Amino acid sequence: MTGRYTGAWRAPPAARALLGALALAFGLLSCSPSESKQAPRRITYWEKWTGFEGEAMDAVIDDFNAKEVAHAKQDLNYAPIEVEKVTISNVEQKLLIAIAGGSPPDLAGNYSFYVAAYADGGALTDLGPMLSKAGFDRSAYIDHYMKLGEYRGKTWALPIAPASVALLTNKRLFREAGLDPEKPPVTIEELDAYAAKLTKWEVTLPSGEKKVESGYLPDVPASQKRLIQAGFLPGEPGWWSYGWGYFFGGSLVAGQDQITAADPRNIQAFNWVASYSKNLGIGVTKRFRSGFGNFASPQNAFLSGKVAMVLQGVWMHNFIEKYAPGLQWGAAAFPYPAGHPELANTTSADADVLVIPKDSAHPQEAFEFIKYVTSQPVLEKLCLGQQKFTPLKNVSDEFFQVHPNPYIRLFRELGMSKNAFSIPQTGIWNEYDRELGNAVDLIQNLTETPNVALSDVQTKMQTALDRSQRILARRNAK
Amino acid sequence: MSSLEATNRRNGLLFCLPWLIGLTVFLIFPLCAAFYYSLCDYSVLLPPVFIGFDNYVDLVKDPLFWKSLYNTAYYAAGSVLLGFVVSLTLALLLNSKVKGLGMYRTLFFLPSLMPVVAGSILWLWMYNGQSGIINTGLHHLGITGPAWLSDPAWAKPAIMLMAVWGAGNAMVIYLAGLQDVPTSLYEAALIDGAGFFQRLFNVTIPMISPVIYFNVVLSIIAGCQAFTQAFIMTGSSGAPERSTLFYVLNLYNVGFQDLRMGYASAMAWVLFIIILVLTFAATKLSKRWVTYDR
Repeated sequence: MTGRYTGAWRAPPAARALLGALALAFGLLSCSPSESKQAPRRITYWEKWTGFEGEAMDAVIDDFNAKEVAHAKQDLNYAPIEVEKVTISNVEQKLLIAIAGGSPPDLAGNYSFYVAAYADGGALTDLGPMLSKAGFDRSAYIDHYMKLGEYRGKTWALPIAPASVALLTNKRLFREAGLDPEKPPVTIEELDAYAAKLTKWEVTLPSGEKKVESGYLPDVPASQKRLIQAGFLPGEPGWWSYGWGYFFGGSLVAGQDQITAADPRNIQAFNWVASYSKNLGIGVTKRFRSGFGNFASPQNAFLSGKVAMVLQGVWMHNFIEKYAPGLQWGAAAFPYPAGHPELANTTSADADVLVIPKDSAHPQEAFEFIKYVTSQPVLEKLCLGQQKFTPLKNVSDEFFQVHPNPYIRLFRELGMSKNAFSIPQTGIWNEYDRELGNAVDLIQNLTETPNVALSDVQTKMQTALDRSQRILARRNAK
Repeated sequence: MSSLEATNRRNGLLFCLPWLIGLTVFLIFPLCAAFYYSLCDYSVLLPPVFIGFDNYVDLVKDPLFWKSLYNTAYYAAGSVLLGFVVSLTLALLLNSKVKGLGMYRTLFFLPSLMPVVAGSILWLWMYNGQSGIINTGLHHLGITGPAWLSDPAWAKPAIMLMAVWGAGNAMVIYLAGLQDVPTSLYEAALIDGAGFFQRLFNVTIPMISPVIYFNVVLSIIAGCQAFTQAFIMTGSSGAPERSTLFYVLNLYNVGFQDLRMGYASAMAWVLFIIILVLTFAATKLSKRWVTYDR
């Protein structure tokens, strides 16, 4: 790493003096190297990723453990910390059960959108006192990502691997449709126009002859046309369907006690979503979608060229390399509604975070590891391995030079945008998410209008939030 | 009490003890604890707070509770009926004297050995709207199949149909019952000139009625507890449009995703009482038509 060390950690002057003295002492001691007398302090770390993301974390843990062993060799009275990684599926649920059962891991990786629910349940250790003692510099982080670990005035988690999403385009399909592959759509209206041009059908003529036509072909009955390529499908992959309102300037909550699902801008967004069901036909879309393979496979809708434009995350580059190496693709900020340039660069930006569970047996040791991981060089190593960008404001030049994703700067800029949104920090998110998922279902199937479906969500979730606030107040009163 | 009686009593109790401990620790205690928690606000992570019957009151007002109850009743009724007809028919067919009987019996029993998770994933492929084997088959017959699991109207029937696949268990029990029917009764019926259906309804079914009763009660209980298939095939939200949000799935969401364990315990108790009432009703009704002749 050539960049100047500008991580989140700055030791206070007294500590620096002490470190200097220690270093001198080590220098003297190192004349007689020998094995540490102290047994290692083992801590367990629960990791959620397998594959390349997991391997990147392995490398970081190996470095940390090696550093600790080296430290113990220098200082025979120092008991080295040894981090043991355990990979757990559905960590967000199993962690909770482990905490409830009184035997949590010392440290765990989690998703930022579970922080609020965990904190409300009293499942996490407040990192605040340890952070201030360690001279933590909050301003070193991109504000949006730092906030993801903060809830009800306390810091419960530190972001390690952030993500953002953009519009990915298939350049070959753009060329085939007569569009300029270097000019992705800028406004939603352009996106819609491009999507129509990129939609292809196999039409059976009365003579029995088959030919390929593009556009939505409203005059051809469904029995005579078969969808073979879609320009854009709001439900593919559908991971951020809850958030379409944000792209139109809407939001899901206001403050900590108000649900705003039925905000007119959300309704506008979902009318737009429904327009795709109307244009393509519901049965047609369903059958077409059920032919898609798994996300992580060459049969993925975007990788196989069945859908020309998708909303996808920074990690997609890795899947392209792995499953569709020849794919010519581009990335751009997701379009905004025409006439609303203030909504440009809207993105969904969540992060992986590190948390210390309540009743962790070794909170101090766990925190030492957090401190290590969140220093700039280590975060860069981790995020490079996981093919993401780092949550810090400072980035070394080398990071961008060696990063394999050609659009990494774009994704980072999106993450820093004022229009970056994340899953609302509310303890009832799981419930809200399921309710919204159902509403999206109803809207895409044209069973309900967005107005009716979202108003229903609004009523139900306001009740749920009020209930949750009552419960919290009752708990706090105890 | 003689010393022999005392020894016998002690030994008897000792032999019962493992079972008694199991029953108390793993059944009676959790049952009582769940009832207590159902009267509390309990997030698992914090100590429970007693709130009386609030959870039960909320339950009555919860549209998802009713929706999931309806879905479960629909599924249970359908799968009990369908399972009964299919497994009894299969048992009757496999009770006849045909060549390769052992092989047929094995073949029809085999699917029920498949773990539900593996079976669900297999059916997920079979129900694929575009390239699934079912729709491909239907296509050859000139029928455009539905999108099955992504169509709210078809998702529940699809899961119901899948349950039939596991009819092998009930079939084997029916088969055992059928083989217990004395041939003398059939001979007497034949001499009296009874046809196939007269023999079926006047000899076979009354004679195996205890087995039918047993199987029906078991499948009602299994139907009420439907979870795995929906959880794997359509996700925990019970998509599409909550048509596969079964009672236990809803309970799982509330308890393990939302951490409202008190509310989930109340749901569990309501389900327990529903199953208890259904079983009791089946037992009461069974007095009219179940014959125990031995």
